[in-house]
Amino acid sequence: MNNSGIDLRQLQHPDIPVPEEMQSNVAVTSLSSLYNWARSRSIWPMLFGLACCAIEMIATAASRFDLARFGMEVMRASPRQADLMIVSGTVTKKMVVPIVRLYNQMPEPKYVLAMGACASGGGPFKEGYNVVSGIDKYIPVDVYVPGCPPTPQALLYGLIALQKKIEKQSLGVSASVPWYGGGPSEEIPVPILGPDIIDPRHAEVLRKEAQRNRVTPTVAQSLAERTLSQGA
Amino acid sequence: MTDFMTDQALPKVTDLPSTIAALKERFPDAVRDDTRPGYEGVIVEAAKLPEFARVIRGEYGFNYLSSLTAVDYLGHGDHLEVVYHAFRVPSGGKPLVFKAQTDRQNPVIPSLVSIYPGADFQEREAYDLYGIHFAGHPNLKRILLWEGFEGHPMRKDYQEAYYEQETKPFDSRWPSGHVFRAEEYNPFGHNVRYPAGFTLDNYKPISEAEFQHGMSLGVDIMGDPAFRTDRLLVNLGPHHPSTHGVFRMMVALNGETVESLEPVMGYLHRNHEKIGERNTWYGNMPYTDRLDYICSMANNLAYAITVEQMMRGQVSVPYRAEVIRVLMAELTRIVNHLWSIGFLLNDLGAFFTPALYAIQTREYILDFFEATAGSRMMCNYMRIGGVFKDLPARIRSEAALVNDRVRDMDTMKYLEQLINDRLPRSIDELDELLSESEIIKSRCIGVGLLPAEMAIAYSASGPLLRASGVPYDIRRANPYSIYPELEFDVCTRPNGDIYDRYCLRLDEMRQSVRILKQILPRLKETAGQPIFGGKSSYSIKVPAGEAYGFAENPKGELGFYCVSMGGGNPWRYHVRAPSFINLTPLGEMCKGQKVADVVAILGSIDIVLGETDR
Ligand code: SF4
Repeated sequence: MNNSGIDLRQLQHPDIPVPEEMQSNVAVTSLSSLYNWARSRSIWPMLFGLACCAIEMIATAASRFDLARFGMEVMRASPRQADLMIVSGTVTKKMVVPIVRLYNQMPEPKYVLAMGACASGGGPFKEGYNVVSGIDKYIPVDVYVPGCPPTPQALLYGLIALQKKIEKQSLGVSASVPWYGGGPSEEIPVPILGPDIIDPRHAEVLRKEAQRNRVTPTVAQSLAERTLSQGA
Repeated sequence: MTDFMTDQALPKVTDLPSTIAALKERFPDAVRDDTRPGYEGVIVEAAKLPEFARVIRGEYGFNYLSSLTAVDYLGHGDHLEVVYHAFRVPSGGKPLVFKAQTDRQNPVIPSLVSIYPGADFQEREAYDLYGIHFAGHPNLKRILLWEGFEGHPMRKDYQEAYYEQETKPFDSRWPSGHVFRAEEYNPFGHNVRYPAGFTLDNYKPISEAEFQHGMSLGVDIMGDPAFRTDRLLVNLGPHHPSTHGVFRMMVALNGETVESLEPVMGYLHRNHEKIGERNTWYGNMPYTDRLDYICSMANNLAYAITVEQMMRGQVSVPYRAEVIRVLMAELTRIVNHLWSIGFLLNDLGAFFTPALYAIQTREYILDFFEATAGSRMMCNYMRIGGVFKDLPARIRSEAALVNDRVRDMDTMKYLEQLINDRLPRSIDELDELLSESEIIKSRCIGVGLLPAEMAIAYSASGPLLRASGVPYDIRRANPYSIYPELEFDVCTRPNGDIYDRYCLRLDEMRQSVRILKQILPRLKETAGQPIFGGKSSYSIKVPAGEAYGFAENPKGELGFYCVSMGGGNPWRYHVRAPSFINLTPLGEMCKGQKVADVVAILGSIDIVLGETDR
């Protein structure tokens, strides 16, 4: 380790030998890993809390668990300055509209971490009429952290997993990061608050369902239907 | 002498039974006893309701409408009922319960906003969730859901998309344990339900602008041509660094001065009450953790008190359990006030430095919670009839604050250190660092005023009420648990501004430490005694009837209004959330202030969205 506190051996390309005595000062590496190394260690999360999980997120950022050790303490309130959206809490139908908007406003490359049971799949409130069954129904999620709420340690583990993911991404022509691949990144259509929440991507299914001219069945009704059709 | 003081001097009769008798005499045709078994209070003819309210407020001193909610008695008389709980503040005592009934098809009830302004949001909630029209309400629109939402979800015949069965445990899961994902049984794979024939073609959602009464969107130029100002509608939230969660305010500004402010909420409305009515009585305990998620222990306590009240003597709480409950509740109060002071300073611009001090102290208490209940935040610790587990003999914790040493310590010693040394020191530290700060004083003194009469009229509770000089604390006014035998003062501050609310929280923490110091010897004396006096079963049946249980939570009066039909699930489960009702005067408090102060005023009320929106 040199006096900047950075362990260069992490970066060292396995196929290119560097003499033992120089390893603490010299590393030969690819541009991709150097770049990813830097960017995975300076992820700026969006300052954005939804529910109970946000309290544990704040605790993670505070002195005891100290998010700053990972270069992530710079929480930005503006989506335009953030790399990472930590969805920390229950996503309601009313709130998913602004969340999708915020996600669209974040610059590429951007990442989403679903913190807790609610953001991952609906959580304890899943059955509620105003609750979205996990944020991945609307926006792509990179890391899921289970728990209700996840402890700060669990969140840190999830963030380390995200760092590992970033380190594996390539920046070349066949880039796995949309921004570096050259093509435009696609906006997620913003949901609409109608009689219930509407995902504009469902326009076709809606038309098909409308022909059946019935109120959307509840789980109980669908269960009954399926048991009937299986019995027949 | 202020209004509310004269209200207090006036009442003709003071005890509840003779008040009710006098009221029945006064309104012979309109007021009758609620004779259903297990019910209390009176039923008032809807048409006479405003007059009745005026009389009890003006002549009998019930100046504080604490809770207003609705119940759907589908299949049990087929009517909707609005239930009111009114108190005398600050003298205390049992509430006067009155109810008004209306039919389900065309429900109309006169609004009480002009008599009790604190009814404002609560009536809007009942309108939103039950579809009851409150005639004469100045601004009756949906509050938790959005305009255009189909149906009134708290009605008993409303079935949500993931509806499976009326009550839990569901047949599909119990006892065979079969689990499936509800999404797979919805044509859209989402938690959605649309009316028959609904498509997106030609669909135009209702625009929000239509509901902003008296607020013009965009910029108006006002004033004389030489000195013109803009009137500007600014939207704060729901994503905003200072809104303490997903809360939104529509602020109309004249220059920098707030002309009007309207809170918009529901961004965290996660259907606590609907789910609560499907759950078993025990099943609701972990959900109460998630109401005010900073104070889960205190929420547990209020819910346990309510159900114990409904059990009508079938369960008794052992003394040691009461001691532990008060220990937890007071530690929670300190956690909450630390947090709230830390974040108030954030709002004032001292970004995170004071909060870090506060959070660090909080961690010591959380370590104790984790060792006892198994979880840092969502403790799910109390049971109907006691607590679920005694204090552990030793506290072990992996991440000590200073280095990686594993802490392993006698629990009582840990508590003694915490209560006698660590907490008082942290409180003093905050006090020394912040209270005399020039900046804090000039930003807080005289800002966000809430006079005493207004605080009572708007049903404000907790620190918000006491910082306006009203000595009303449920631990004294309607004592529960072992508070009567404990020594502590009900703190008040006279001015009702941000600075007083801040100081009051410091005072209250000191009082909590004082209580905790009295708890320590009691803990030692009762060591080894039983901690649970209820039924050890997975589920309990609660006798038919109603109850309103309430406790002095760190944020104010947390009440649960429950109705049982005698089964294993609540028929009605309502949460009177202090964070929600304390927001009612927000608009008034912000009027005429600068826009930068709005955030600080909100911070000084101290809300948590889990509880506001439920
Ligand atoms: S996962 Fe649990 S703690 Fe997190 S937001 Fe959901 S209910 Fe709250």
